[in-house]
Amino acid sequence: MTAPLSMLALNHYLLVSGVLFVIGLIGFLTRRNLIIMFLCTELMFQAAAIAMIAFGAYYGNAQGQVFLIFILTIAAAEAALALALVVALYRRRSTLDAESWSELQG
Amino acid sequence: MMNLLAQFDLNQVLSLASEETATRGIGSWAGWIPLFPLIAAIACGVLAYRPSGAKTKRAGVICIAGLGFAFVVSVILALNIGHGQGHVTLFEWIRTDHLKADFAFFLDPLTSIMLIVVTGIGTLVAVYASEYMWGDRGYARFFAFVSLFIVAMTCLVLADNLILMYLGWEGVGLCSYLLIGFYYEKPAAVAAAKKAFIVNRIGDLGFALGIMLTYLQFGSVEFAVIFKQIEAWQASGTEISIAIQTIPFLLMLGAFGKSAQLPLYVWLPDAMEGPTPVSALIHAATMVTAGVYLIARMLPLFLLSPYALPTVAWVGCITALFSATIGMAQYDIKRIFAYSTVSQLGYMFMGLGVLSSVGGTFHLFTHAFFKAALFLGSGAVMHGFAGQLDLRKLSGLWHVPGWQIVTASMFVACLALAGFPLTAGFFSKDMILAQAFVTPGPGFEWLGWIGLITAGMTAYYTFRVFFRVFMGPVSFKPGDDHHGVHDDHHFHPHAPGPAINFVLIVLGLGAIFAGWLGVGGESHGWFGGMVHASSANYEAAHEAAHETGFFSNPHQWMMLASSIIGIVGIGIAAYLHLLNRPAAERWRQAILPVARLAEHKWCVDEGYDLLIRRPLRAVGHICYSLGDTLIINGLVALAGWIPRLIGAAVRPLQNGRLQGYGLGMAGGAAMLLIIVWWML
Repeated sequence: MTAPLSMLALNHYLLVSGVLFVIGLIGFLTRRNLIIMFLCTELMFQAAAIAMIAFGAYYGNAQGQVFLIFILTIAAAEAALALALVVALYRRRSTLDAESWSELQG
Repeated sequence: MMNLLAQFDLNQVLSLASEETATRGIGSWAGWIPLFPLIAAIACGVLAYRPSGAKTKRAGVICIAGLGFAFVVSVILALNIGHGQGHVTLFEWIRTDHLKADFAFFLDPLTSIMLIVVTGIGTLVAVYASEYMWGDRGYARFFAFVSLFIVAMTCLVLADNLILMYLGWEGVGLCSYLLIGFYYEKPAAVAAAKKAFIVNRIGDLGFALGIMLTYLQFGSVEFAVIFKQIEAWQASGTEISIAIQTIPFLLMLGAFGKSAQLPLYVWLPDAMEGPTPVSALIHAATMVTAGVYLIARMLPLFLLSPYALPTVAWVGCITALFSATIGMAQYDIKRIFAYSTVSQLGYMFMGLGVLSSVGGTFHLFTHAFFKAALFLGSGAVMHGFAGQLDLRKLSGLWHVPGWQIVTASMFVACLALAGFPLTAGFFSKDMILAQAFVTPGPGFEWLGWIGLITAGMTAYYTFRVFFRVFMGPVSFKPGDDHHGVHDDHHFHPHAPGPAINFVLIVLGLGAIFAGWLGVGGESHGWFGGMVHASSANYEAAHEAAHETGFFSNPHQWMMLASSIIGIVGIGIAAYLHLLNRPAAERWRQAILPVARLAEHKWCVDEGYDLLIRRPLRAVGHICYSLGDTLIINGLVALAGWIPRLIGAAVRPLQNGRLQGYGLGMAGGAAMLLIIVWWML
């Protein structure tokens, strides 16, 4: 275990995390391609993971890093599932455009 | 009078409850009287529910046996009870801190007389019906209902408190409803059953209120306690409050409903839609006399109000006259006898009202015999002539082979109803009419005169039926039930069999000899002695004031007067309906408007329809359209519309576009963040 993070370093990490999250959010809201949208959610996911590991290091708590391993595992599983869904959706409509599923409404 | 029951202290009874259920004096086995018919009712009910064998002779046999045993026990009870009283508790029924109403029987001579009438006529009718109802799909069902009726009626008669009496009262009402509507595929029968039930409900409301008020005023519903309280008041000369004086009027309403008096008599003539044995048993001999029994039983209470019994007398008298006028103009034999029943019940009420409780109950007793005979005789005619009941289409049955016994018993019963000297109706009617002239009361002499005129009318309409149907040249047309060849020449009337003839003979003998039980007048005859030993005891004012000269004592000249009037009535009927039948039609033409009106029952049904039923229906429609359709349905619809409106308002948010949802989520998260930020 290295020395704890300083406040300044933490802020940098958090800034990266925030930027990454906003990029993911904007990407999710603006793009129509299902795969891109999915990648954007992954981006937001990793932003949260970075924030978490940064805080773990700042407080000198190794559990943050342990949890990161779990998060990556779950993200991998979830990515497999989501890509499978995307493939299934593509087979139905022959397009990756999210708009093509817009009739699923209340 | 009440010495046996004088120890009837409430606390004592409560503490000795277990001891009381044990054998105790006279008639401790009276519980068997309703039990035998109850077993029969259950057995017949089971038979009726068998898919295949609803039609089995066994049902009739079971019913006859059950009712017959009950009759035997009733006779033994009557012989044992003498002029005493008894009390038997079958089981504890309703017991709260204040109210005690056990399933207990109050036995006195009045009870035993009523029991003999109910079970005796019941048995005879069951024997009759075992032949009459054969061939009907509901054979077992019929006997189940009749047995159940006897259970309820004996409970009514035996009850030692008003609540048990009310149970029996409603029980007989139910059985009456079931039996009037016995032919439930016939719309007229269903309508008549509903009419009987609903009209009775009006009266029963009065009875129920009367019971409640009795309980509030006396703190008990038991006869023994009530009578003891009344005796104590009379001894101390306590002033009777208005509330207590109201009780008899409420009870009276119940009695008028059940016993078909004005203004609630309209259900009884329609009740003739039921099978004829039912008309004889329930709607002539027993159930309709329950009102008379109620007043006789509660006579001490009725005597507390100076207006109660005169009201009873006047209502009875006017009913007697009114329904006799309708009876004179009808053509349906059963309807004529139905109006006659209403009229005779009026006499009974008049008897009670003019303080001749002996006369009232004695007329009940004799009337049961001859009216049952009349109904069962007309039932035999209806049975034999394929449902024909129109007296214009039947004639000379005396000369048709196989109808002599019916004719003879009808003749005797008609004589008794007409009050012909030395028949049953003669003695009882005289007792009532004579007492009307003796007892001082508001216009009681008029009651006597109206009663005498009605007696003449009774003789006329009774013999109108007899001379038309049984005398004169032979001619008949079958009724609607004749499904064979519609050629009248091929119709062969189907003469009654041994069971029907046997019952008619017994009732015919009763119509003559039942009256002899009352010979000796109010105070000296066997019947008078029995009634005076019961709660209907009233030493009428007839002993007072009147010297013994022939014309100054109505009890002596009434026999002569009513005999003459009865014979005159029979004579007029003989002239118009036997000797010179065209004259009857001429007379009818001469008074056509009146005759038409009487044939239409003075349009009372139409009047009720116009004054009560239609306004009620109009109110119902208003309530339905305003209350139900607008308010209740509106509220329910509103409750449905609110979520729909909310849904319609927010539905556009669910546009199915993924980005839109994402924006919503992001916006929500941002808002949450801002709130958290702001709060920190």
